[in-house]
Amino acid sequence: MTTTADVGIDDKLLQKRLDKAMFNRRLRAFMLVLPILLFLLVVFIIPIAYFLFQGIYDKTFSSIMPQTTEVLSEWDGASEPTEEMFAALVADMVVARENKTIGRVATRVNRDLPGSRSLFTSSARQAARLEPPFMESLPEVKDKWGEIEVWQAMKTASRKFTPGYYAAALDLKLQSDGSIVRQDEKRRIHLTLMVRTLQISFLVTVFCLLLGYPIAYLLATLPVKTSNLLLILVLLPFWTSILVRTTAWIAMLQSQGVVNDLLVFFGVTPDDARFSLIYNKIGTLIAMTHILLPFMILPLYSVMKGIPPSYVRAAKSLGATNWTAFWRVYAPQTVPGLGAGAILVFIVAIGYYITPALVGGQEGTMISNTIDGHMRQSLNWNLAAALAGVLMVVVLTLYWVYDKVVGIDNMKLG
Amino acid sequence: MPAPNPLVQFKNVQKSYDGKILVVKDLNLDVETGEFLTMLGPSGSGKTTCLMMLAGFEPATHGEIYLNERPINNVPPHKRGIGMVFQNYALFPHMTVAENLAFPLEVRKMSKSEREERVRKALDMVQLGEFGSRRPAQLSGGQQQRVAVARALVFDPELVLMDEPLGALDKNLREQMQYEIKHIHENLGVTVVYVTHDQSEALTMSNRIAVFNDGVIQQLAPPDDLYERPDNAFVAQFIGENNKLRGRVSLIDGDYCVVQTTEGVPIYAMAINVSASGEESTLSLRPERVVVNPAVGSVPNIFDARVLELIYLGDHIRTRVSLLGREDFIIKVPNSADHAFLREGDVVSIGWLQEDCRALDA
Repeated sequence: MTTTADVGIDDKLLQKRLDKAMFNRRLRAFMLVLPILLFLLVVFIIPIAYFLFQGIYDKTFSSIMPQTTEVLSEWDGASEPTEEMFAALVADMVVARENKTIGRVATRVNRDLPGSRSLFTSSARQAARLEPPFMESLPEVKDKWGEIEVWQAMKTASRKFTPGYYAAALDLKLQSDGSIVRQDEKRRIHLTLMVRTLQISFLVTVFCLLLGYPIAYLLATLPVKTSNLLLILVLLPFWTSILVRTTAWIAMLQSQGVVNDLLVFFGVTPDDARFSLIYNKIGTLIAMTHILLPFMILPLYSVMKGIPPSYVRAAKSLGATNWTAFWRVYAPQTVPGLGAGAILVFIVAIGYYITPALVGGQEGTMISNTIDGHMRQSLNWNLAAALAGVLMVVVLTLYWVYDKVVGIDNMKLG
Repeated sequence: MPAPNPLVQFKNVQKSYDGKILVVKDLNLDVETGEFLTMLGPSGSGKTTCLMMLAGFEPATHGEIYLNERPINNVPPHKRGIGMVFQNYALFPHMTVAENLAFPLEVRKMSKSEREERVRKALDMVQLGEFGSRRPAQLSGGQQQRVAVARALVFDPELVLMDEPLGALDKNLREQMQYEIKHIHENLGVTVVYVTHDQSEALTMSNRIAVFNDGVIQQLAPPDDLYERPDNAFVAQFIGENNKLRGRVSLIDGDYCVVQTTEGVPIYAMAINVSASGEESTLSLRPERVVVNPAVGSVPNIFDARVLELIYLGDHIRTRVSLLGREDFIIKVPNSADHAFLREGDVVSIGWLQEDCRALDA
């Protein structure tokens, strides 16, 4: 036998040679993943990073109203507005009116002070004709300019980097002096929504587990011919469009739908008191459980498939009843699949959008529907970004907890 | 051979999986208390099925199995109290070695102190006293094997079944484990039913061997009987190395007979599994019983053979010769000080005793 000492190679040289030999292999491996890496970077990572950045960065006000922004930054937010501040505001409004950007400013301030939109648009129309001292002439156009809240709202809006959106996402409110207080009671909606999202996701995960475990067990233990057929039945809905499946549930669950018709037919409920199974939380739960079930079944199935029947047989030969053999020997070995399935279902569910939007009604919608609303209807991308950021933090936290409790190495997707 | 009080009795047991083919055909077998019985046979011969029926994992299609004279066909596996060692060991991967061993004691509701005591003893028995806190995956194949044996024995079953337990080990370890299992059997006096397709394993360990083929026990006998006195051509061929010569019985005289080969050459043999002259027969002759250059008159069967191939195997030289039209006749020439030196192409005289040549079924 030849040892390294015999051929006179010291450890460092050997390591060097090894690195050199490995370099080409690593380079080749890297080149192989380079296209997908670039693709992800361009269409996924950079846009998401940019989008999330919007949650803390908003230059709408400060870029359109530069002079006002500057004087507001020196204002303490409590004393009476000065003539200098009025002059800067009027000058900015004149420019913004010419550039047709005043509407954006109005929208921006309106977020912090609802009802202030027309204040900006109508005042800007007359700004060019105003004479100094603006301290007097501007409140003549709209007497609200004399109120300090307007100026406080503008001071808040003038911040480029602002925790305001994250505060709003957590039902808090950023005040002009930088302090953060709880939102007015009737405007607290996001935390309720977040709790509901977590609750629905958790319930869907539990239902998927309860329904999926026996199916996966059946698939794993039946003869291959039968189990393949069953597997296709599991996968068939998986290949069907989510939209189609969700609409099918509408047909099934609506008050004149199949399920209610059957319940009435069998006398479970009178015809005039049909169950409301859709456009509420129940509808969301049923439809999402159905749609996400394969995400639970497939990892469980692949893990169960890998458990040789001899384990349970061994347990029985050692004196364990069927139940003990299952509970003490079989079930613990399915934990990796269970963890993978649960985390998969939960994470997909927490960001679920289309199904709750279609069947959720008022009380069955989730946080992603609100994010969608802010992106497409109210066009408040900053708040949408902040809500998405909060959602991401929640998911990562849960992932971290899962890692601590179950261990991420314990997860097996197949 | 009816045993005085058999621990296990198979009575007319049949098994079919698909309702068409019988995997086990009319099995009758007694396993005596304290013996080491091996079921030996090629794959698909029904031996593992028999073991699974005994363990309770497969129901018998017909017939009855008795344990301690009690029918057990309707007793579920966990109530049979039979220890079992599986082919892949089936050690529970999520439990430590000690937890694995404690499992059968726990389900029997044994007290904690007694459990610990028994687990310690069982681990000591297989020389793994230090390894109680490890996971099975942290052990070598041989160590896992020992744990599996210890686990099957820790609850003091009367009967232990082993299903090809050494199949996954390399050759040296396998031989070592054979001795260890044999010694454990001898020390504990437990009854063992062992399944294997490896004949040397069966010969090393067993008190008796049941040779299975085609769902039927071909022969049930102690190892030496099986090797030296095979009942039929299958057993002769399956156990050890064997030379086959085919012919037709021309004369039967008590225990002896004469078989004419197709070339018309008479061979003097023992009449084992032939009943009348004119029958087809396969002659069985062990390679080590062939004598090279026998003295004239010392043996009744003497022929000229041409050496085709010599393979040096250390303790003996495996010599393939052409004899009576067959080119697969093997002779084992022992590597002793004065053995015959042969070369390829040599024509030598070889012979054998009538007692070493057995006339079996065709």
